[in-house]
Amino acid sequence: MTELKSAKDIPIGGIIASPGNSRSYRTGEWRSQRPVWIPEGCVHCLICWVYCPDSAIEVEDGKMKGIDYSHCKGCGICVRECPRKEKALRLERES
Amino acid sequence: MASRQHVAMTGNEAVAHAMRQINPDVVAAYPITPQTDIVQFFSQFVADGVVKTEFVTVESEHSAMSATIGAAASGARAMTATSSQGLALMWEMLHIASGYRLPIVMPVVNRTLSGPINIHCDHSDTMGALTTGWIQLYSESAQEAYDNMIQAVRIAEHPDVQLPVMVCQDGFITSHGIENLEVLSDEEVAQFIGEYKPVYSVLDVNRPITVGPLVLPDYLFEMKFQQAKAMEAARRVILEVGKEYGRLTGREYGFFEGYRLEDAERVIVVLSSTAGTTRVVVDELRRKGEKVGLLKPRVIRPFPASELREALSHARAVAIMDRAETFSTQGGPLFCEIRAAFYDAPERPLMRNYIFGLGGRDVGTSQIEKVFADLAADLARGSVKTPVSYLDVRE
Ligand code: SF4
Ligand code: SF4
Repeated sequence: MTELKSAKDIPIGGIIASPGNSRSYRTGEWRSQRPVWIPEGCVHCLICWVYCPDSAIEVEDGKMKGIDYSHCKGCGICVRECPRKEKALRLERES
Repeated sequence: MASRQHVAMTGNEAVAHAMRQINPDVVAAYPITPQTDIVQFFSQFVADGVVKTEFVTVESEHSAMSATIGAAASGARAMTATSSQGLALMWEMLHIASGYRLPIVMPVVNRTLSGPINIHCDHSDTMGALTTGWIQLYSESAQEAYDNMIQAVRIAEHPDVQLPVMVCQDGFITSHGIENLEVLSDEEVAQFIGEYKPVYSVLDVNRPITVGPLVLPDYLFEMKFQQAKAMEAARRVILEVGKEYGRLTGREYGFFEGYRLEDAERVIVVLSSTAGTTRVVVDELRRKGEKVGLLKPRVIRPFPASELREALSHARAVAIMDRAETFSTQGGPLFCEIRAAFYDAPERPLMRNYIFGLGGRDVGTSQIEKVFADLAADLARGSVKTPVSYLDVRE
């Protein structure tokens, strides 16, 4: 859980006073299902990275590295677009 | 103007004069009867180059309030003015102005809300706006409208408050009636209101911020709580500013004004211009030895419940007059709130409500005399027969 601040500790008027703070806003908590990556079946085509609307596919040195569950909203687009389908990405219900 | 002057002005002229002296950075406004000549006088000041204001002509009051909000969010001292339908058309933006904590000052010239359409005075417009998060100051005269405008700037912009303020006066009765009033010098006003230091500005490139983002269930409640706390702080700030204004002008302002109230057994509570009529009747009846008095609220948002209770605690019978109908069938807004303020009081005066003056129906001394006579009958009976009645309506 993101730690919630009290009324005394937030700016007035709903303004966002710290630019770029969406990084620390854990939208992944909204998820009802999660994509699960199976590295053995992945061919690193990065189609999932292209399609993910939340930049939640983590890539290093041109290779798929995993999923950022702090921001992945579980939309399932990556699973649908993955050419390897069930072999590389699977959608599971969030517990 | 280098010195104080006694001038003859209408209520609208007095407000426009105050706006010239406040010299806001931005005014965005749309004309509506009976507010029109505030904007007309002010646009003349702009045309004559006597203010530095950026004057934005807009196509509606919704746009007027939106442009004012945009200007205020950018750190400008921003104002608009309206009446009746214009206020109604601003509705969603009123909540945004207060929710974004923008210290906008807006004169409102009270006029009946349609329908049927009517251009004359009642308080249905601003009474409907009691829940919009704006501070509301009511003015009996052109002098009070002028004085309230100057104080409103300081109240709104106080760092503990940061809330918008409506400065209300009665349409036509005050807005178009010429009165003698004292106005401060331009320098005195400039000094009293001081330089505006916005709490935030969307144009400050050194402190980039976002104004108006989506706020979800995890934080919106806290922001409304902040707003409620700011309203609470406004109670203190309104009194401080009223005292300071009193030291400067000799006219001190509080939450309300009592007239021959201290030993009054029967009291009328009424806002704005009708208080003047009531004062005349109070003097008349006092000459006959009757213990009557007046309480004229000035501030009803925030609502000074404990102070009103204290001021009315010695009265035996109180008539609360509302120039607006809520259709709850339980009386007008002032009545309900003042009656609620007495819930915990060990002793309560008899209390009754009059809905009066709707659509500009004149209220003269004979109507006020009738109210005092009704209170006398209640006292003789020991109870209130009709808690809510309609003054001078043909039933
Ligand atoms: S789309 Fe499938 S195969 Fe391609 S990188 Fe992503 S998980 Fe691997
Ligand atoms: S489920 Fe949606 S949000 Fe999550 S990684 Fe896949 S495409 Fe991105």
